[in-house]
Amino acid sequence: MSSETGDAAPSGPKFSFLILQTSVGRKYLVAITGLLSCGFLLGHLAGNLLLLMGPDSFNSYAHKLTSTSLIYVAEAILGVIFLVHLGLALKLNWENKMARPQKYVKKKTFGPGENIFSSTMPYTGIAILVFLVLHLTQFKFGSVYMTQVEGVEMRDVYRTVIEFFKNIWSLVWYCVAMSLLAMHLAHGVQSSFQSLGIRSKQIGQWLKCGSRIFAFGVPAGFIFLSIWCHLQ
Amino acid sequence: MNNSNKNNMTIHLKVWRQASNKEKGKMESYTLSDVSPDMSFLEMLDQLNLKLMKEKIEPVSFDHDCREGICGMCSLMINGHAHGPQLLTTTCQLHMREYKDGDEIVIEPWRSRAFPVVKDLVVDRSAFDKIMAAGGFVSVNTGSAPDANGTAIAKVVADEAMDAAQCIGCGACVAACENGSAMLFVAAKVSQLSLLPQGQPEAASRVKSMVAKMDEMGFGNCTNHSECMAACPKGISVEHIARMNRDFLKSSLLQ
Ligand code: FES
Repeated sequence: MSSETGDAAPSGPKFSFLILQTSVGRKYLVAITGLLSCGFLLGHLAGNLLLLMGPDSFNSYAHKLTSTSLIYVAEAILGVIFLVHLGLALKLNWENKMARPQKYVKKKTFGPGENIFSSTMPYTGIAILVFLVLHLTQFKFGSVYMTQVEGVEMRDVYRTVIEFFKNIWSLVWYCVAMSLLAMHLAHGVQSSFQSLGIRSKQIGQWLKCGSRIFAFGVPAGFIFLSIWCHLQ
Repeated sequence: MNNSNKNNMTIHLKVWRQASNKEKGKMESYTLSDVSPDMSFLEMLDQLNLKLMKEKIEPVSFDHDCREGICGMCSLMINGHAHGPQLLTTTCQLHMREYKDGDEIVIEPWRSRAFPVVKDLVVDRSAFDKIMAAGGFVSVNTGSAPDANGTAIAKVVADEAMDAAQCIGCGACVAACENGSAMLFVAAKVSQLSLLPQGQPEAASRVKSMVAKMDEMGFGNCTNHSECMAACPKGISVEHIARMNRDFLKSSLLQ
């Protein structure tokens, strides 16, 4: 076959943002934006843990966070991360549907990575998007109460949170959404390491185990806090 | 093949029939009696074709060559399993003793946009050849042959390359993948060449060219379900896909 090329080295596409035009390159971006979102989740959970310290700690934390203008930059970056993740995942999913125009009459699945988590990725992903929109309207753009902490006037977001979770149906919805998030992460996190080529024989099992702990641990933390709020 | 035996079975077949790429296909049912459990799956199809020819029906086209599990020509999606139910086994190495009297077997061609049906169960897998032509080779200088042991290669590396080199290019990975992705095939070929010193000169351009060609051919994207690895008759691991992802990133960033 080398006779076709003549020269020693075939010339592949040089690096540029063209990498994003390849399937492998787009998968890097889905993986990276997914992992960055996981970083956000971890930060969000750490912040929420301040709920346990009482209204003043939580409110001052939220006040500090939102009173710097950097928050707009952070929000914009987060927005871009989510949109890139969502948009590319949808595009890849569409291409995958197109890659097999004629379906099998009979098809079994038995791959070791094939499970309820991996096969529902698009659906859990869409569910998380719906949750995200509602979550913002319920909290960030939810009912506003004011309070004073050490003489500083600030939003009593603690009250908004507790009020929300007092309603049993809100609690149930939140727990369902967090379970769907856990499902999405259960495949997504470890899959990201595979897509980025970080997985190898030596660390494969560790990555899988760590990913699962993260995938179930973080949503479990959010669920714990929501139940705690309900009981206040 | 007419030596009737009390162990012989009757098998109900549902086979995809399609006269050509231009025409629409459909599943046809056939019942085949006197199937010996000692027959290979392809011999059973040979027997079906003899019967069809006697009945003046066009025989079923299917791909095969070595019938020894080494050439990668045979294919077939058998009851939803690429190459049938037996792990690490090509269709030609599958035997009818896997089945019981009265079983129904659904036989379909590989399904992928990149593997169009030629006729019945035969698909055109030349997309794989095009990917190979894009980078699946090494440059060899002319002149006298180098000393075979002149280049030291660590055992673990050689083993890893040999594992990848087991790929026979049958396309079961594409057929089994729910996205019709060719990542396992391409990754095996990239690994096989790039792990060894002889493959180094083109290591960076190879992975980029082969991935670009793979995309161009219309295969789907990997979603890491490892369906390919389970279907691969040679047991090639998805770790090669991780290596290819790594090599692609490295070569894209560094050169
Ligand atoms: S016919 Fe050669 S591998 Fe099956």
